[in-house]
Amino acid sequence: MDQASPINFKNFRSGNIFKKIIGIIIAIMALILIFSSWFTISPEEVGVVLRFGKYQRTVESGLNFKIPFGVEDVLKVPVERQLKMEFGFRTLNPGINTEYDTGDYTYESLMLTGDLNAANVEWIVQYRIKDPYQFLFKVRNATSSLRDVTESLMQEVIGDRTVNEVLTVGRQEIATLVTVKLQEITNQYEMGIQVDQVVLQDVNPPDKVKPSFNRVNEAQQEKEKLINQAWSEYNKIIPKAKGDAERTIEEAKGYALERINKAKGDANRFNALFKEYMKAKEVTMQRMYLETMGAVLQKVGKKMIVDDKTGGILPYLNLNQDGGK
Amino acid sequence: MFQSKGKTILFFVILFFLFITLMGSTFEVSETEQVIITQFGKPVGNPITEPGLHFKVPFIQDTHFFDKRYMEWDGDPNQITTKDKRYIKVDTYARWRISDPLLFFQRVRDERGAHTRLDDILDGETRNAIANQNLSEIVRSTNRTPQINEDLNEQENSFLKIEIGRDKIAKTILAAAALKTKDLGIELLDIRFKRINYIEEVQQKIFERMISERERIADKFRSEGQGEALKILGDKERELKKIDSEAYKLAQTIIGEADAEATKIFASAYNQSQDARDFYRFLKTMETYLTTLNEKDLLILSTKGDFFKYLDNKNAK
Repeated sequence: MDQASPINFKNFRSGNIFKKIIGIIIAIMALILIFSSWFTISPEEVGVVLRFGKYQRTVESGLNFKIPFGVEDVLKVPVERQLKMEFGFRTLNPGINTEYDTGDYTYESLMLTGDLNAANVEWIVQYRIKDPYQFLFKVRNATSSLRDVTESLMQEVIGDRTVNEVLTVGRQEIATLVTVKLQEITNQYEMGIQVDQVVLQDVNPPDKVKPSFNRVNEAQQEKEKLINQAWSEYNKIIPKAKGDAERTIEEAKGYALERINKAKGDANRFNALFKEYMKAKEVTMQRMYLETMGAVLQKVGKKMIVDDKTGGILPYLNLNQDGGK
Repeated sequence: MFQSKGKTILFFVILFFLFITLMGSTFEVSETEQVIITQFGKPVGNPITEPGLHFKVPFIQDTHFFDKRYMEWDGDPNQITTKDKRYIKVDTYARWRISDPLLFFQRVRDERGAHTRLDDILDGETRNAIANQNLSEIVRSTNRTPQINEDLNEQENSFLKIEIGRDKIAKTILAAAALKTKDLGIELLDIRFKRINYIEEVQQKIFERMISERERIADKFRSEGQGEALKILGDKERELKKIDSEAYKLAQTIIGEADAEATKIFASAYNQSQDARDFYRFLKTMETYLTTLNEKDLLILSTKGDFFKYLDNKNAK
């Protein structure tokens, strides 16, 4: 018993353990089989399935199956997501108050313009992965290629414009042109990328030149100011002068009216008088003379009546009460 | 018992060797790769470019993997002097791929080797092409006419005429370089100027020039402002004089015409006959006596006159 039973026991045990191990291994294998044969794809992605490294199929979002044990592999590509690339600046922390990296990216943004000046151009590119096959297998490092191409094109387009065009009127045109050319080149390179848009952000003169650009603005303002001041001076004086002129003319018209009316009045009066005078010339004249002299002599303070026969001027008659004093 | 145990071990050993052999004779080629097989270091067969599972003789054949995709080459910024003696830094990039893996393997061995050769070839060609051109040719692509912004007092077209342009220069470099890289099993897809800029010291001078140009524009604005203001003030003075004088002219004309009219009226009354003239003279004289003489005056009258003649002689005539 002592000798037999451990052996029997051992035999019994070892057979049992062996079976159990096999069972556990099979169970684990089955689990791995199950868990490695399905996968999920998020709504914004597609899955590219490779069998022994060879492209097999592209699957849409949801639950999908593949052959496990490394026979088939899945690469997930976010085709629906809009991706963004920044040039000349970097966003650190997007949010309500977005934080930007304070580093110097002028090596990207400072470029030559066609008139051989320099401008600081910051921009972004929004793009999507259009063709996951091309994106994954045609170009190594498609995103960094996209960076190179974009930079090159922006420099090319800016290089064909004057600094003033770049800074003012040309912005939209530049962005559109770069978008179009960028799409051409990415197609040519088979990068599988769809360029949605290129947006120019800050476009500035180089930092050192900026103050002098501001001075141009100030000078422009100053010019406007001087002109406005002159106009205000003009507007203060001229309408008043026009009013004065109107007044002078109206006064003249008034004078004319008065003058003519008075003349007519005087003439009528004379005519009336003359008519009567003609009827009795001598008497009328005499009467008028005497009446006038009467009035004159009453008014005049000192009177001297000289007689020819006395001669000279000394013999006089003082008709006033206090005359001669 | 013993026998069965030995069999089991043997079975596992065989299985293990089979596995090793299988592993050594199969290899996976991904979509991005291409492979050449060497036997004792000597290439055999055609390069494998088709992705998937492939076989080889185990132990004596080796696989060498190469990338099949377009790859990037980014040149170091080169300091180059252009034909018109401008000192610039040129940064180029190129797209290339291994078009003939066997040749590639023989000539440059691997990507590191390829990059060294590409550096030599592309930098060299870039240098050659640029040193022969004026800066404008490298910066600009077309002879387009720039929009002129009158608000900024821009002069007319500030562009120099170009003959070749950026794109063509890049294409020249590509053509020249592609010839040389073909021999390395490399196909060049494209080469482009990524960044072109003045070197630091020159940049300062450019900035200074830009500043002085802006100052000039600012000064022009200021003097224009002053000029226009003065012109407006001048206009004002002229307008003022015009208004005043025109009003004066009109007023005087009206007054003159009225005076003339009045004179005509008077004349028609006073000048109708000798009697009228005499009567008017008499009347006016009388009126004048009344208005001109007052109490301060001394009036000396003669008895010979009409008024006092009766003082001397009641029969006077």
